[in-house]
Amino acid sequence: MSGNLAAAYAIKQLDVDVVAAYPITPQTTIIEKISEYVANGELDANFMLVESEHSAISSCLSAASTGARVFTSTSSQGLLLMHEILFITSALRLPVVMTVANRSVSAPINIWCDHGDIMPQRDVGWIQLFAESAQEAYDKLIQAYRISEDPKVRLPVMVSADGIILSHTYEPIRLLKDSEVTSFSPWNLYPTRLDPDKPLTIGAFGYPEYYLETRYQSSKALEDTIKIISEVDKKYGEISGRKYGVVFPFKCEDADVILISMGSISETIRATVKKLRKKGEKIGMISLKLFRPFPFIEIVELIKDVKAIGVVDRALSPGAIAGPVYNEITTALYLSKVNIPSMNFFAGLGGRDVTMEDVTDMFVKLKEIAKTGAVKENKFYIGLR
Amino acid sequence: MPFKSIKSLEERPDFFSPGHGLCAGCGAAQIARIVTKVAGKDTIMVTPTGCLEVSTTTYPATSWKIPYIHVAFENAAAAASGIKVAYGALIRKKKIRKDAKVVVLGGDGGTADIGLQSLSGAFERGDRITYICYDNEAYMNTGIQRSGATPYGAWTTTSPGGQKTLKKDLMGIAIAHGVKYAATASIAYVRDAANKVDKAISMGGPSFIHWIQPCTTGWRYDPKLTVKISKLVVKTGLWPLYEYHNGVIKLTVKVPKRVPVSEYLKLQGRFRHIMNKPDELRIIQSYADELSAKFGLGPVVQ
Repeated sequence: MSGNLAAAYAIKQLDVDVVAAYPITPQTTIIEKISEYVANGELDANFMLVESEHSAISSCLSAASTGARVFTSTSSQGLLLMHEILFITSALRLPVVMTVANRSVSAPINIWCDHGDIMPQRDVGWIQLFAESAQEAYDKLIQAYRISEDPKVRLPVMVSADGIILSHTYEPIRLLKDSEVTSFSPWNLYPTRLDPDKPLTIGAFGYPEYYLETRYQSSKALEDTIKIISEVDKKYGEISGRKYGVVFPFKCEDADVILISMGSISETIRATVKKLRKKGEKIGMISLKLFRPFPFIEIVELIKDVKAIGVVDRALSPGAIAGPVYNEITTALYLSKVNIPSMNFFAGLGGRDVTMEDVTDMFVKLKEIAKTGAVKENKFYIGLR
Repeated sequence: MPFKSIKSLEERPDFFSPGHGLCAGCGAAQIARIVTKVAGKDTIMVTPTGCLEVSTTTYPATSWKIPYIHVAFENAAAAASGIKVAYGALIRKKKIRKDAKVVVLGGDGGTADIGLQSLSGAFERGDRITYICYDNEAYMNTGIQRSGATPYGAWTTTSPGGQKTLKKDLMGIAIAHGVKYAATASIAYVRDAANKVDKAISMGGPSFIHWIQPCTTGWRYDPKLTVKISKLVVKTGLWPLYEYHNGVIKLTVKVPKRVPVSEYLKLQGRFRHIMNKPDELRIIQSYADELSAKFGLGPVVQ
């Protein structure tokens, strides 16, 4: 299965009630497959073929407010168009789940993978999980509903699965049984819902004396989910044999330098680490599985004693000191009073291939700064002509 | 026709509470009261951002005794559709037992301009919602800026010399989508309006009501004149009261003798700058004449 077909299959098994979506490459095959499941009667859901991503997320939000289990998916410009409503979804504490097939943003228009679409969504208050394989896109989606609908959480979740690389590449997928999925992530009618027998007002006007508290509550709720996300992942491991953690280290125990990344690029980095380890190089890598809430304690714990770190950003943050992931990690280190030489690599934008040679070059640079302790330049654009 | 008199409507329970923050004489409050009385208890109300929304939901208070949701400005129709479609799925899957009606009350900005795309989507999909536009002919919540529904000649803060184009034809747009039912309404004709709301909801939708709503603040008139202005807009032919169903347009309030548009315009400060400009008045009069010819209203009798 491809990542998209695996996601669609998970949605079928999760017995979702409402899907509202709009086509955009490379997400489209998810909604095509779901349409097929609905048409065949394999999934008993109402599929809303709306006129834009803005309406897709708006309809999902309101459908969730009735207590229904909902799903949407999008990419790139579609995610940017949803941006406004993403804030409202989290502040209203509605458990909307979405797969994002990560794709670059215009201009120039480009349909290939990078994280330019997801990074502007850093502050929307959603839980953001990152998959690095099609298998994980499936697994994380099943976990997402259990997390999102937990009465202690009640926050929307995005599952990021790199466009084209994961969305369209076929790999063998281990599927759970339908009954395993529904017992792992069961649906329950949430009592706080739009119901004429118990009227309530959702989306009220907040004066300055209430605004801060309302925003604080949803922000705090997001911070507090990290424990629940870890527990769900552990429980999922018990039924599936697959456990990812919020950060997934590889060969970090005795590493001098560590490279940190998110999404499918982590697989290339892991393969490179394996290869270089055979040559005796003391290097390691960490794949970040969770971006919001940011697992800063877990990350610092893994890297605090190494000689140098590198962070791969698959998106630019124009005018910022560095890339978005690098900024998070270096802030976490600073606040933990850890001072390690570091480098920020911008790689894989707009679908530019990142090879094992590119990753090897990153490690060469990291080993250099590990040796000297001096960083002359900390931003590198891999393959820039 | 369930409402043979205003009394039969008055006897219905209220689901829109007093104590809201709308202006004295605001037509939107009266529309909300009529709509919720007709729609009844088993209704979910959706409003886009606007006067009605901010003035009736100031946390921790609410004026709504029925379930209510506001999401954003441009997506009320999509939000309403999501609720109706979700209810459909939950009932079919036996997850809940009781259905609910879904009604939108949106201003002209949220309907004719920024919300038109999502409204078009809901109409085209045939979603079973009733969308009611309370049209006060400008962005009143942000302080009287022109919208696509601002009439020719009207002053607003962003059309200081007077609006230079005619109103967007929302009814024409709704009818072109093949909605089940569409109608115009005015609070001066409560019985007519109440029956239209009832029909719009009972037909299942998508249905649309375009309701003229005098705004004391933006139209610059004495609050006591709201009903009088609501009547004059009909009597001049500028707001024919009609309904559309099954391809047929029917005038519901006959106007055998019209009054000149100047009688309506002169009560409102927003037209003060054109009251001594015969050319401008002629454009508005000829627009009223055109509408009257189209919908079968009588001639102007001085």
